[in-house]
Amino acid sequence: MDFAANFAMVLPEEVLSLGAILLMLVSAWGGPKSTRAVSIAAVFVLVGAGIALVGPASYGGSAFGGLYRADGFAAFAKVLIFVAAAVAIIMAPDFFKRTSGDDLHPEYPVLILLSTAGMGMMVSASDLLTLYVGLELQSLSAYVLASFMRRDTRSAEAGLKYFVLGALASGILLYGISLVYGFTGTTLFGDIAQAYAGPRSLGLLFGLVFVFAGIAFKMSAVPFHMWTPDVYEGAPTPVTAFFASAPKVAAMALAVRVAVVAMGPAVDQWRQIVIFAALASIVLGAVAAIGQTNIKRLLAYSSINNVGFALIGLAAGTREGVAGVLTYMTIYIAMTLGSFLVVLQMRNAAGEPVEEVTSLAGLSRTRPGLALALAIFMFSLAGIPPLFGFWAKFAVFDAAVAAGLFPLAAIGIAASVIGAYYYLRVVKIMYFDEPAPAFAPMDNPVEGGLIALTAAFVSPLGYFAIPALGAWTMAAARALF
Amino acid sequence: MTGLPILSIMLVIPAIGALACLFVPAQTARMIALAATLVDLVLGIVLWAHFDIGGAQWQFVEYSPVFGRFAWALGIDGFALMLIMLSVFLMPICIGASWRSVTTRVSEYMAMFLFTEVLMLGTFAAQDLFLFYVFFEAGLIPMFLIIGIWGGVNRIYASYKFFLYTLLGSLLMLVAMLYMAREAGTTSIPALQAFNFDPHVQTWLWLAFFASFAVKMPMWPVHTWLPDAHVQAPTAGSVILAGVLLKLGGYGFLRFSLPMFPEASGQLTWLIFALSAIAVIYTSLVALVQADMKKLIAYSSVAHMAIVTIGLYAFNRQGIEGAMIMMLSHGLVSGALFLCVGVIYDRLHTREIARYGGLSINMPRYALFFLLFTMASIGLPGTSGFVAEFMSLMGTYQISTWTALLCTTSIILGAAYMLYLYRRVAYGEIKSDEVRGMADLSGRELWLLAPVAAVVLWMGVYPESFLAPMRKDVTTLLARIDRAAPADDSRPGNVVAGRVQPAPAQLAEAR
Repeated sequence: MDFAANFAMVLPEEVLSLGAILLMLVSAWGGPKSTRAVSIAAVFVLVGAGIALVGPASYGGSAFGGLYRADGFAAFAKVLIFVAAAVAIIMAPDFFKRTSGDDLHPEYPVLILLSTAGMGMMVSASDLLTLYVGLELQSLSAYVLASFMRRDTRSAEAGLKYFVLGALASGILLYGISLVYGFTGTTLFGDIAQAYAGPRSLGLLFGLVFVFAGIAFKMSAVPFHMWTPDVYEGAPTPVTAFFASAPKVAAMALAVRVAVVAMGPAVDQWRQIVIFAALASIVLGAVAAIGQTNIKRLLAYSSINNVGFALIGLAAGTREGVAGVLTYMTIYIAMTLGSFLVVLQMRNAAGEPVEEVTSLAGLSRTRPGLALALAIFMFSLAGIPPLFGFWAKFAVFDAAVAAGLFPLAAIGIAASVIGAYYYLRVVKIMYFDEPAPAFAPMDNPVEGGLIALTAAFVSPLGYFAIPALGAWTMAAARALF
Repeated sequence: MTGLPILSIMLVIPAIGALACLFVPAQTARMIALAATLVDLVLGIVLWAHFDIGGAQWQFVEYSPVFGRFAWALGIDGFALMLIMLSVFLMPICIGASWRSVTTRVSEYMAMFLFTEVLMLGTFAAQDLFLFYVFFEAGLIPMFLIIGIWGGVNRIYASYKFFLYTLLGSLLMLVAMLYMAREAGTTSIPALQAFNFDPHVQTWLWLAFFASFAVKMPMWPVHTWLPDAHVQAPTAGSVILAGVLLKLGGYGFLRFSLPMFPEASGQLTWLIFALSAIAVIYTSLVALVQADMKKLIAYSSVAHMAIVTIGLYAFNRQGIEGAMIMMLSHGLVSGALFLCVGVIYDRLHTREIARYGGLSINMPRYALFFLLFTMASIGLPGTSGFVAEFMSLMGTYQISTWTALLCTTSIILGAAYMLYLYRRVAYGEIKSDEVRGMADLSGRELWLLAPVAAVVLWMGVYPESFLAPMRKDVTTLLARIDRAAPADDSRPGNVVAGRVQPAPAQLAEAR
């Protein structure tokens, strides 16, 4: 295959990388003044990367001798990642303007672009080293983003914590990769799958466990979730929104590809790990969230909980299960971004951001529209029909039941009642309690529009998207099998 | 009937009304809500008038596969028709009951009620498994908000309890539904009713559905959410809760558990009978000692719902028809009793029975209506309650004399707690000046209670009007479940050949 064809397949990542380098130069010359212009340009770079997906990037197949794979599955995940990244960039300028001390620097959109390029590599990786390089590019950008408010001690702490624990997880992952390489003699997913299809030595199984442990850290599945609440709380809110959406999709897609393509024949082995991680995430995410008073911590536990549900689709290990994971992540992204957009509106009269859940008290009377939107997100995260979050849970549980995993489905679904409790608590505070001091009025029509858009998608109107969503996720899942 | 999608229209009108309510001031919202519910009532009457009794089993069928995995499939049979009539009849009354008593956040309140109406009607009209589930489960959200925002002092606890209890039950049902849709390869309820599941699997599926419907019903011992929810809910909320939402459980048994899992139903009848008999005696005794009027009526609801469940599982015509009439009758009577409580609560702002007394002296019209509904609740001949209890218990007697014996105490105990309530509230001396100053029913309140009273008497005197649309459906249902009917013990030595092995409990009873 000639070089041009290879390059055509990785066009989205090229657009992102070149765009990021170009904007870095612009921001180096322009300084802080250029922040807004660079942000807008970065959104356009993401749009361009999205357009680049239309070409061979979504159906080309293997590129660079099997290191990289351009298929429908990767393209679907990339669309979600790009959308989430764009929203994270759009959210930022006003947020930083409101916090005293730390201005937004033009590096912010650049770092997001680099991180996004890394995530593109992750979801397209069909070689353990591509996987690792993509993951590291994503993570290193993320560490800096977490500590972007460098005068704020919480943000600095978040960055440091994320870096130390992330480095540990990378080490675990790399160790797993080395074991797999040592026992199979290859890093290509296709060849690894052949090795797993034969007699499986202890070394291969250890490699599998370590690789999964490393990926579980990146998607913050229990028991590798400890960093999540602290980092989510400390990081600037737009960055938290970014962490809760795009890297989750990337890590989840990566896990799916590694599990199904590279280790598909060892499904009975990795299924045990996935089932444990799923149930542990659901239960811990639900129980630990009950006592939280900070809305960002609460949403952090909510994200752990949701990862658990998405993993149920992977545990099924079937095409439908993978389609279920993608459906889940699509709806999850809308709910999460919407929730964080509402969190951005939580500002006291002086315009300072507040994060206490109790400050939402009586929001339904002071800001009925905002309260309605957050109530929709909360009921949807709890998976109550007729909101669209129900469909996400439906898709993964349907796959689990079809695969005969009845106990998993029953326990998972029963545990979702625990989760419903704390989502209801937010609704209760907004609707039943006496009003707290009102928030500052909404000053950004773009954010308001995005809240309305995500709320509409999550509302019963979303059900009309089911046929299209079902067809796309199925087509994407078919690329793996 | 023409091709007009009348069921969809009945769902869309309150939905539009609800959205409109959110954007208008209080008085306009009241008018919109009343108009929307009255239009739905008229449409309901049109529906009944055009319902072809003895015709096709499913009428007014609509089908549109807009959701891919499941469809927008609506259609009603006689059971659904009657319950839809009950809903559209009670809704305008609920709006009327809240006209004056709700003064805070009126627009949202009216919107919530209209949403509730959409979801209730959708549940009864759904012909697709998952469409049913969506409507069934979605009803939790508006009710949670109604109890939580406009409820009494302890409303938050009650709203949580209501929500989480019912959610846990219905989620297990969802897993069963997913399995059924896979196994049968369809989500259409009529098709599933004709599908024969493996009897071993049926037991699990039945139990999963039971978990949901028993909580909704509610059956002992998972009834504890009901008294809390009733006591804390505003008057109209209690009316709709007792009047319609409790019927979802019975409707579920009728629509899913019996026709879809006949073998499991036959084998587990003993469970239903045992829980129902305990419920009748236990909750009636609990009702006797209540000091709070709403709590007393709530416990009586649990006892009455137990009569519904034994009737449904009697596997014969009298039982099932009696259970349906019981659901309709209880919907009207307990709804009206909650309205009666609401009337005096609006005046004195307490539900404590001891604070009242002698109301027949200064509120004679009120006392008359209250007496009528009290008698209907007890089951006095001439009222709907009598027809319901008589048929249901007669059906039960044919299959289990012991259950019938135990559950007939409901009539005695019911008379005890209801008459005791009535005596303390309406008779005796007027205890305080506050009570003496209470005015009799206003014109609005009279208009709320009079239609219910008329229907209660109609159902008591000529139940045929309500039985006729369901008769053919009962025949269809019996033809489906007859093979699994448990052996009866009413005629010793006369066990019909060819029936399935009786369950252990019945064997024990027979000995």
